[in-house]
Amino acid sequence: MNAFHGSRMSTPETPHPLDEAAVQRCVDAALAAFDDAADLDQLKTARLVHTGDKAPIVLANRQIKDLSKEEKAAAGKLLGQARGRIQQALAARTEVLEAEHAERMLVEEAVDVTAAPRRRRPGARHPLSVLQERVSDIFTAMGWEIAEGPEVESEWFNFDALNIAPDHPSREMQDTFFLEPKDAHLVLRTHTSPVQVRSLLERELPTYVLCPGRTFRTDELDATHTPVFHQFEGLAVDEGLTMADLRGTLEHFARQMFGEEAEIRLRPAYFPFTEPSAEMDVWHPDAAGGPQWVEWGGCGMVNPNVLRAAGVDPERHTGFAFGMGVERTLMFRNGVSDMHDMIEGDVRFSQHFGMEV
Amino acid sequence: MRIPLSWIREYTSFDVDGTAEDLMSRLVRVGLEEEDVHRPSEEISGPVVVGEVLEKTPEPQTNGKTINWCRVRVVPEGQPQTLTHEGIEPDGVQGVVCGAHNFDVGDKVVVTLPGAVLPGDFRISVRKTYGHVSAGMIASTKELGLGEDHDGILVLSTLGLDPEVGADALALLGLTDEAAEINVTPDRGYAFSMRGVAREYGHATGTEVVDPAAQIVVPEAAAAGHEVRLEDESPIYGTAGCDRFVARRVTGVDVTAPTPPWMASRLRLAGMRPISLPVDISNYVMWELGQPLHFYDAEQLRGPVRVRRAAAGETLTTLDDKARALDAEDLVIADDRGAIGLAGVMGGGETEVGETTTSVLIEAAHFDPISIGRTRRRHKLPSEASKRNERGVDPLLPDLAAQRAVELLVELAAGTDSGEITAVGDPALPPVVSFDPTLAQRLTGVEYTEEQIVETLRAIGATVVGPDSAGRLDVTPPSWRPDLTIAEDLVEEIARLVGYDRIPARLPQAPAGRGLTADQRRRRQVLDGLAAAGLTETLSYPFLSEEANTLFGRAEQSAEPWPMLRLVNPIAAQHATLRTSLLPGLLDTLRRNVSRGFADLALYEAGAVFLPGQQVGSAEIPGLGVHPGEEVLADLVAGIPDQPWHVAATLCGAEPAAEVGASGRRQDWADAIEVARDVAERVGLELEVVQGAHQAFHPGRTAELRLPAADGAAAGTRIGVAGELHPKVVEAWDLPARTAAVELDLSAVLAAAPEQVTAAELSTFPQTTQDVSLIVDARLPAGELRATLAEGAGALLEDVELFDVYAGEGIEDGRKSLAFALRFRASDRTLTADEASEARGHAVALAERRHGATQR
Repeated sequence: MNAFHGSRMSTPETPHPLDEAAVQRCVDAALAAFDDAADLDQLKTARLVHTGDKAPIVLANRQIKDLSKEEKAAAGKLLGQARGRIQQALAARTEVLEAEHAERMLVEEAVDVTAAPRRRRPGARHPLSVLQERVSDIFTAMGWEIAEGPEVESEWFNFDALNIAPDHPSREMQDTFFLEPKDAHLVLRTHTSPVQVRSLLERELPTYVLCPGRTFRTDELDATHTPVFHQFEGLAVDEGLTMADLRGTLEHFARQMFGEEAEIRLRPAYFPFTEPSAEMDVWHPDAAGGPQWVEWGGCGMVNPNVLRAAGVDPERHTGFAFGMGVERTLMFRNGVSDMHDMIEGDVRFSQHFGMEV
Repeated sequence: MRIPLSWIREYTSFDVDGTAEDLMSRLVRVGLEEEDVHRPSEEISGPVVVGEVLEKTPEPQTNGKTINWCRVRVVPEGQPQTLTHEGIEPDGVQGVVCGAHNFDVGDKVVVTLPGAVLPGDFRISVRKTYGHVSAGMIASTKELGLGEDHDGILVLSTLGLDPEVGADALALLGLTDEAAEINVTPDRGYAFSMRGVAREYGHATGTEVVDPAAQIVVPEAAAAGHEVRLEDESPIYGTAGCDRFVARRVTGVDVTAPTPPWMASRLRLAGMRPISLPVDISNYVMWELGQPLHFYDAEQLRGPVRVRRAAAGETLTTLDDKARALDAEDLVIADDRGAIGLAGVMGGGETEVGETTTSVLIEAAHFDPISIGRTRRRHKLPSEASKRNERGVDPLLPDLAAQRAVELLVELAAGTDSGEITAVGDPALPPVVSFDPTLAQRLTGVEYTEEQIVETLRAIGATVVGPDSAGRLDVTPPSWRPDLTIAEDLVEEIARLVGYDRIPARLPQAPAGRGLTADQRRRRQVLDGLAAAGLTETLSYPFLSEEANTLFGRAEQSAEPWPMLRLVNPIAAQHATLRTSLLPGLLDTLRRNVSRGFADLALYEAGAVFLPGQQVGSAEIPGLGVHPGEEVLADLVAGIPDQPWHVAATLCGAEPAAEVGASGRRQDWADAIEVARDVAERVGLELEVVQGAHQAFHPGRTAELRLPAADGAAAGTRIGVAGELHPKVVEAWDLPARTAAVELDLSAVLAAAPEQVTAAELSTFPQTTQDVSLIVDARLPAGELRATLAEGAGALLEDVELFDVYAGEGIEDGRKSLAFALRFRASDRTLTADEASEARGHAVALAERRHGATQR
């Protein structure tokens, strides 16, 4: 290529400034050279040859000063036009070659996007945390507030204030973690219910609170049990509240959690801190084995003894309460089949959920 | 509680072809939860028939054994065989080889014919054996799944049976019956009986039921009974341990008489192994009526029976052959020799009914549930008796149940009622509840008619008087419902019997709320922020070993014990303390992930730690149902340990990870510090990072994290630590080399966060940068020099950044060169080079004075 172009790009003789034909040959040679330039580098070479200091047309231009006044004008015009045509052609060719160059760069820079590496490690929340926050948001949207309490709790708040008598079976060592010394009457709370009592003692009536949190029972870890687990518990105390309000609240909650077709079923049950009491089942339209009733938690009207312990007059105020397990909810809502996955901290478990449940 | 269907049919209209599932679906409506189904027919199926042994020919074998070649009639003589399975003889006589010898020609036995299936998927077929074609089997008790007894062939006459040849033996032995198992809530002890379940069945279906207790008639005493003294001198909460004790004596009892198959079958379905006729009768009456009984060998009793608290040092060997040291609070049954039984829980061995017993003394008593519960817990002795006595038995039952037991001993064990009756004590009956019927609607939202309310209360057995002029009803709960003590209990009965499905749904309107608290919102910010920064949240148990708790909880080494809370009853003895640091649990989680093949990790956890305060707990706690008063409440609250939330993170491996052509950057101590900064900045706080020390961390690569110093204070409060873990810790915990970690007191961070953010003014005038290189003592932390430069440069300084650290050639030993870029900007003008140089000069001058710095 170089050899071929080299012959066409050979520099013409310096023309006489008034020799139109010679000047034309210079112009033709320059235009041909620009045309022949295949890239910006060759164009640069051609530019130096035909417009640089040693270019015939430039050298001819220098000779004008030696001409007569009349000749100067004619030569100036002739060479000016010639240089103009050369510059024009150079500009045009430059534009074309730059465009070609840009185009070629884009092609050459292509990458294999499927080989993109992971530049930032993806993080994740734990789904039990996210689920508790989701539930909290459902209730704050209804005007409820989120109440919290200590995990090491006084026996009074955990049991007596909730109408659980000293001889109640749930106060046995096989269910409850006691702290040393035993006569200090401290336990790891067995449910989030003590927060109910704390809320009633600390807050103005009417009280509508949701209490999410960590709870403890002396169960060995297996596929469905863990000694450390989480609950959320709701409490509403106001004038004129009935089990109808309880059912309405649970239904709304269930629909937020399981879709518009979710339903609530109440079955008679027994808890010391509610009377009447009920077990609640939820109709889960998207359950793994097809739509079905799933046991979800316990609920009822707050026992008047609990209201009295918290200084609330049961003749004037009534209240309802409900509680569910967070782990259990995650298990049947999101298809977690083994409790171990929730407590072992395997990063794959959290990362699969990301920031959502 | 298991309910054999044949039994419930005795008292209710439950359908003849109804299944256990049918029964449970009805009972669940009134709150008796479905639990399980027990169905022998899933294990054993026919043809299994009654046969008569026609011939029995002993044939000695070469192996020394003798087998019997038998011919057994399985269809009544003269009738055709209607069964058609291969191997069933049309003439109704089967040839069978039998290895057992405990039967004779003429005995009625159970014959399993070809086609039958026995427990353990044992399929009966024709087989050639010992030179015969054996077409069936003569069955033993064990083969039929009726017990472990391997005495040989079940000869029906030993059960007192003489059925017709060819009869269905499965029905005869109760193997076609089945049981439903329900879960009984602790308040409804009466449902631990067929009597109670039948009543609930009536409530669930609105049908008539028979009360088996109402069928029992107790005769007048013909003679004075065995002397019984109720001598409880230490009642619990003022309630006597025993307030009714009935004793009856039956003589001439044949303890070897067989338990009839219908009774044995029901007991088996109920989950109780038939043992001997007297034991079976006492269990049967307990299941039927709900009254636990105890039978004594009357001839073994010495002197009057006493019901009293155990004496100090007293011991008793209970029926399970365990010698037990009694507690002074245990209620015992005693005679002249001392304790002979743990009242209401388990009897003693010495006075047990045995093979030689002929005279039986029946005990039926009413005990204080709390006393029974405490004894059961103390001796870890759950029994069917204690289960019922703990929940409260009908105090009117002892007289009736004792009579029922007398009748069964007479009928089945050839006994004679002595006519002696002891009945002492005056049992407390449920007190009257004054009931405002409008409470039912007030609590449930259902409009009940007064008729509905009164009828429901009467249906559960209550006596209802009224209404009085104020509209109130006087309701006396039935004797079997000691759980009905307040008006709200009655509301539950009304709601439950009318149906919980009648309760409508209404969404209550809560007052306008305040949303999340600032702390709750900020905590989410922090935890979401860490996830966004690429860390993964995990959770761990707060139970730690004392060593791990001390190592991470306390910064400095010390011989003094580190204060921590301890569990009385931990799951694992080596993990008995509550965490004062999140890191041990988090590092366990890290190791678990590494062992599962993950190398590049960044984990975090947030949660409470437990710090014992001055006061641990409260000596006295108030009782139920009353506000304890502000002073007592304050004491309770003061005794609860401080439980701040911490947040911790640990990092190992590379980030970003290695990629094609580039190795990853190893995460180190600086990443741990970065996590701390992330946490603080998320809530608008800038932490002070200073050179620090912690016994679990690398001594040269540890930062102490402090809150910004309050006005006038020399230093901010220490709130955490970050850096590289100590190599010994890394080794001991089997972690990747140079694992980094950080832990912060999150509660303290949130508390220090500004309430709201005040906008900063943004200057649009140009910035001027001046560099400075200072040579200082090699031990001087860069952060300290940076702070000095910032202080010296004054208000025009916008930012100062370390960009080079150098030690070596050209720098004296023991010193280093630190290079900083100082960026200046004024809020109101373009700075001149002179102004910037002057500010730089002040900065350098302060560094020279304070640290002996020289310009390089």
